Amino acid sequence: MLARPFFWIITVVIAVFAIVPVIGNDVELRESLILAALYITLASNLNLMLGYAGYINFGSIVFFGLGGYICVWLVNAHSWPLSASLLAAGVSVSLLALLFGLGILRLRGAFFALATIGVNEGIQAFVENFTPWGGSSGIYLSPTIFDPLGGPTQGLWVIYFLMVAVMGLSLYLSYGIKISKFGFGLLAIGQNEDAAAILGVPTPLYKALAYSVSAFLPAIAGGLYFLKSSFIQPSDAFDLTLSTEAIVIAMLGGQGTVTGVALGAYLYEELRGFLLTSETFSHFQLVVAGVLLLVIVLFFPGGLMGFIYRQFPRTKKVLE
Amino acid sequence: MQPPRPDRRFVMLGIFASIVDGILVGFVYGLAAMGLTLIWGVMDVINLTHGAMLVAGMFALYFLTDALGVTPYAVLLPALIGGLMVGILLYWIAIHRMVGRPPLMSLLSTFSVNLVLIGISTAMLGTAPFNVPVSVPGISVGRYTFPGPHILAAVLAAVIALLLYLFLHYTRLGKAIRAVANNRQAAELVAIPTTRVLAISVGIGVSLAAVSGVLIGTLFPFTVLSGDSYQLKGFVVTVLGGLGNPVGALLGGVALGLLEGLVAPFVPVSWTLIIEFALFVLVLISFPDGVFASRRGAL
Repeated sequence: MLARPFFWIITVVIAVFAIVPVIGNDVELRESLILAALYITLASNLNLMLGYAGYINFGSIVFFGLGGYICVWLVNAHSWPLSASLLAAGVSVSLLALLFGLGILRLRGAFFALATIGVNEGIQAFVENFTPWGGSSGIYLSPTIFDPLGGPTQGLWVIYFLMVAVMGLSLYLSYGIKISKFGFGLLAIGQNEDAAAILGVPTPLYKALAYSVSAFLPAIAGGLYFLKSSFIQPSDAFDLTLSTEAIVIAMLGGQGTVTGVALGAYLYEELRGFLLTSETFSHFQLVVAGVLLLVIVLFFPGGLMGFIYRQFPRTKKVLE
Repeated sequence: MQPPRPDRRFVMLGIFASIVDGILVGFVYGLAAMGLTLIWGVMDVINLTHGAMLVAGMFALYFLTDALGVTPYAVLLPALIGGLMVGILLYWIAIHRMVGRPPLMSLLSTFSVNLVLIGISTAMLGTAPFNVPVSVPGISVGRYTFPGPHILAAVLAAVIALLLYLFLHYTRLGKAIRAVANNRQAAELVAIPTTRVLAISVGIGVSLAAVSGVLIGTLFPFTVLSGDSYQLKGFVVTVLGGLGNPVGALLGGVALGLLEGLVAPFVPVSWTLIIEFALFVLVLISFPDGVFASRRGAL
């Protein structure tokens, strides 16, 4: 992996994210980059299912929300240290996803998609009724949680670097899986599941594993995000907009590509910045996302990377 | 001192009433799911705008009764016709290019239309609940009165379902729809205009959703975002009845209503969705073809 140029491209991107806001102590830039890092994390993990295995997961936000809840709850009610609760959130959500994935591994195609919609609605309804997690009013964190990190100002920087690390791990993971045997198996499932099974790909296991792996980093990202805002409630944790945006980003950049997803996240973040500041469009964010997705699905199913590959075939060798 | 124990017979009557009520509402769920399952059966496309179309029916009810003073049940006709037109439009915008391609693509395209619809309606109407008062005399049995709107909605849903069944089995167009569902190539060979039939099927599916939206709107308050939970109920009902099987969908709807009625006296309302979801996953895993599916391609 170290000998491949693409590995170093990812490393440079991470370095840029980590260094640029530190120069000049630019908090505003940091806030916009942390959002971009979050988008890249969510979209590239979604891409493991969507782009590689060809399975759409409408409930990917569940990982993010549950991770956030577990982390915030551990910090708040059991005063766990931040690092331990972040890790616990990632591991437990990933295990839950594996259990659930093994449960629904017999479902294929559209049935699986329906099940993931159900997961989203079911988990949200559960959390809204679960009193230890504050029901629909949520959990507030006291600002003292950042004391071990040297106060809130320091703490927010630490959270930012952790989020960038999670983003970097997501990109390495996407790339690592893509060039591994596991990744080839997933891509084969995406192209023709029956043929893949006949050729010896353990399709149910691979699907469940992909589902579980794609839960780990988003859960940690959720933990980081809600530690940062010091407040979590069901409508934020299971926000339809965010999971929709992850799908739009993955499709915009080009499903199944690592570069495309990062590029798509960046472009979408720019577009969103424009939409939020514009008077007419600020209320119609979902509409714009919907129209964008529809146009991509109807006319450019390959996304941005599909276009780049067609125009410059040589890039196929370098950009995954 | 102990509180007075409620009369045992009264408790039993309450549970019985709740079950009957559940079954009545179940007919409406069944009708809604028939729209979902018809589209699936004919072209293997899952219509993720279903929830939004239900909500469109609810708001058609609200605006026509509120602004024009129309009788609530008279809204069924414009909902039927409007739904048909919107459905045909939906087919040409989002589904036509997706038929025969992997389910991923049609899921995404209908999902994006759903986003647009929800986005526009949230921006214009907000998320506050709306309510349409309907007064229909109920039927009294002993000390309990079964609410009139529930009974009327169930009867209307059953009648519309019967009409759909007759349409599919005894009209030329209905037979063409079944033929296309059975085998599209073969249908094309015997000169059935398949594209037109597909468009009309989506139209009928959407108009069933809109009509059920009107009926649900006469029973419960609703918001712009109500569609999601009814759409999930629709999925539960369709997998109970077997995707692509309208008669199974009606049975599945009644079964779901029965379940809701059974659990309602014992469990807080907000937990029903979780129970339904658990049922949904269990059914999907243990009966991938549906509980009431007698044979494949039952359309």
